[in-house]
Amino acid sequence: MMSAGVELDRIEKTYGATTTLRAATLDVKPGEFMTLVGPSGCGKSTLLRIIAGLLPQTSGEVRIDGTSIDHLAPRERDIAMVFQSYALYPHMSVAENVATPLKVRRLSRMARLPALGRLLPGQARTRREITDEVRRVADLVEIGPLLERKPAALSGGQRQRVALARAIIRDPRVFLMDEPLSNLDARLRVTMRAEITALHRRLGATFIYVTHDQTEAMTMSSRVAVMMDGTIIQCSTPQGLYEAPEDLRVARFIGSPEINVMASDTVAGWEGGNTRLGQLLQRPLHIAFRPEAVRLSAESAAQTDMLHLSCHIERTERLGHDVLLFLRVLADGAAVTARLPAADFARLDAPGGVLTASLHPADLLAFGANGKRVALPGLTAATNRGLSHVG
Amino acid sequence: MSVETTGAPRAFAPRLRRKRLGAELPGWIAYALAAPSMMLLFLLMLLPIAVMLVMSLTNYRFGDLSYAFVGAENYLDLADDRTFWRALSNTFVYVAIVVPGSVALGLALAVMTTGLRRGRKIYQMIFFLPVTATVVAMATVWKYLLHGTIGPFNLVLQSLGLPAIDFFSDPDLALTGLAIINIWSLAGFNMVLFAAGLTAIPSELYDAAEIDGLSEPLDRFFSVTLPLLGPTTLFVIVTSTITAFKVFDTVAVITRGGPRGSTDVLLYTTYLEGFSYFRMGSAAAMTVVFLAIIMVFALLQTWVLDKKVHY
Repeated sequence: MMSAGVELDRIEKTYGATTTLRAATLDVKPGEFMTLVGPSGCGKSTLLRIIAGLLPQTSGEVRIDGTSIDHLAPRERDIAMVFQSYALYPHMSVAENVATPLKVRRLSRMARLPALGRLLPGQARTRREITDEVRRVADLVEIGPLLERKPAALSGGQRQRVALARAIIRDPRVFLMDEPLSNLDARLRVTMRAEITALHRRLGATFIYVTHDQTEAMTMSSRVAVMMDGTIIQCSTPQGLYEAPEDLRVARFIGSPEINVMASDTVAGWEGGNTRLGQLLQRPLHIAFRPEAVRLSAESAAQTDMLHLSCHIERTERLGHDVLLFLRVLADGAAVTARLPAADFARLDAPGGVLTASLHPADLLAFGANGKRVALPGLTAATNRGLSHVG
Repeated sequence: MSVETTGAPRAFAPRLRRKRLGAELPGWIAYALAAPSMMLLFLLMLLPIAVMLVMSLTNYRFGDLSYAFVGAENYLDLADDRTFWRALSNTFVYVAIVVPGSVALGLALAVMTTGLRRGRKIYQMIFFLPVTATVVAMATVWKYLLHGTIGPFNLVLQSLGLPAIDFFSDPDLALTGLAIINIWSLAGFNMVLFAAGLTAIPSELYDAAEIDGLSEPLDRFFSVTLPLLGPTTLFVIVTSTITAFKVFDTVAVITRGGPRGSTDVLLYTTYLEGFSYFRMGSAAAMTVVFLAIIMVFALLQTWVLDKKVHY
């Protein structure tokens, strides 16, 4: 197995007047699990199809290990793809489905004819080799006992395993996966998530995985590329995306519940904070902070540097381990979401549903009017300690 | 559930349940509701067939006021009737030409027109036109087109220095000529059925085939298109076979069974027997045979092919 790096160099795709991809640039390292994540319609599937060669790009270049592959047909690109709908051949048994990529490569067209093909001389050995390969790969994804069945007799999860086996058997340099878990139910999705990550580790191949589900992106990937409006706006490790989003859209897309976003003059009106923060908030900015950065107490503690907001609890959502609080700031009516462990919530005493929320200035992220991240100099030293409880 | 109903007094509950329609209907209501359609089914479908079955056992002549039961005599006569056997074999030959021809042509038209980026609708409409045309009128046109002396088809052949072919005067060609007309009129219909089947093939399957290396058009056709059209193909074959068996109007308009009985087909012979020679008993017996053949074919095709086309 040779894993390969994939470089996307300013890929553009236009359909008439509409542009689906604009200057999408990405560098996938050999053996990496790269996830393309973004809302539907952001162009992530289009980008994957361009890598596969199923769709020609309008401009830009796709390179595997530094060599352009734009002139190569899909079968010559040494890539395998797994589809959302599994895309199994319904008239073939599982074994035949898995064997198809090898048969096409190793047997002549005459030899591939049904029934008749077997009579041709000199291919018994190749057929035996293919059968052995199928058996080995089937065991790898645990579909050994299903080989003689037709896809219609399989469950969604089993079908997806067959699709994986069909991809693995080619021993490709790059695996492309287009929302492979979207058609599975929630429970199965969690199991398959773990299995695909394990598979990636075992094969050591380069995976490019497309999903709209941020949980999949965050839990499975080495790195995640967030796509919006046809371009990649940030590519980083899952933790990096969460803690240091470079774009307001990334900050909003990653993390559930969504990050709190305020106008800078709203935040400037809040009690507490320090003079440095006051200066920085003179500029028009979007100020964002994660729900878990909000600390809650019933009494208005006057700790230095912290911002203090008197809030009214509008609604609570108990998620089991955690509790979400949807707060309304009494002074200016701003909506703030807070997240805290259920145990802390039980200890919380909020007479009349009113409590004080505190925020450390170092937990604030600032974004300019164009949505790009703006450093808050002077507060950066404190940022290094990170957020108290991420997740 | 809305807030109002949760607050409603408990006494309401039983009354609501009694009013509810659904599983608690008494049996007689269900039968009463089904009765009108059962009656129509009986009157329009089963009764005529039963009458025909009875008639085939009598010597009833069209217009007679009385008849007598003759048992299986009509059927025994058919067994010795050379005209009947000739009609039967002509019909089978005719079906054997029309079904493969119209199915293959319909499939080819569907694959070709569906692949078009522009003009798909207009092409499909044109190919569908013969289906909407009145067969009797079109048969007259075809009779002219293929006419031995004045037909444009032969004029073209002659201008190329080739001998003229007189389809409908040549006993060896007449049946083929009729079959060509039926293929022409049936292919458009089959095309529409195949085109509908083609749209149901998921495009991701073609993508998968492309990545697996099945990228040549023929590979794609045989590994994805044809297998996935299986159920459609079965349906098209069954309907085409039944349509071809029922050939009557072109025979009646163009050849009247000739030349020398070479286009005598089952339905035309039955028609002559019943409405020209007024032997209704014998005609009914032929119809029973005809129905039996169609039934056997439909069942055979469904049983044999059904296992191979549904996945």
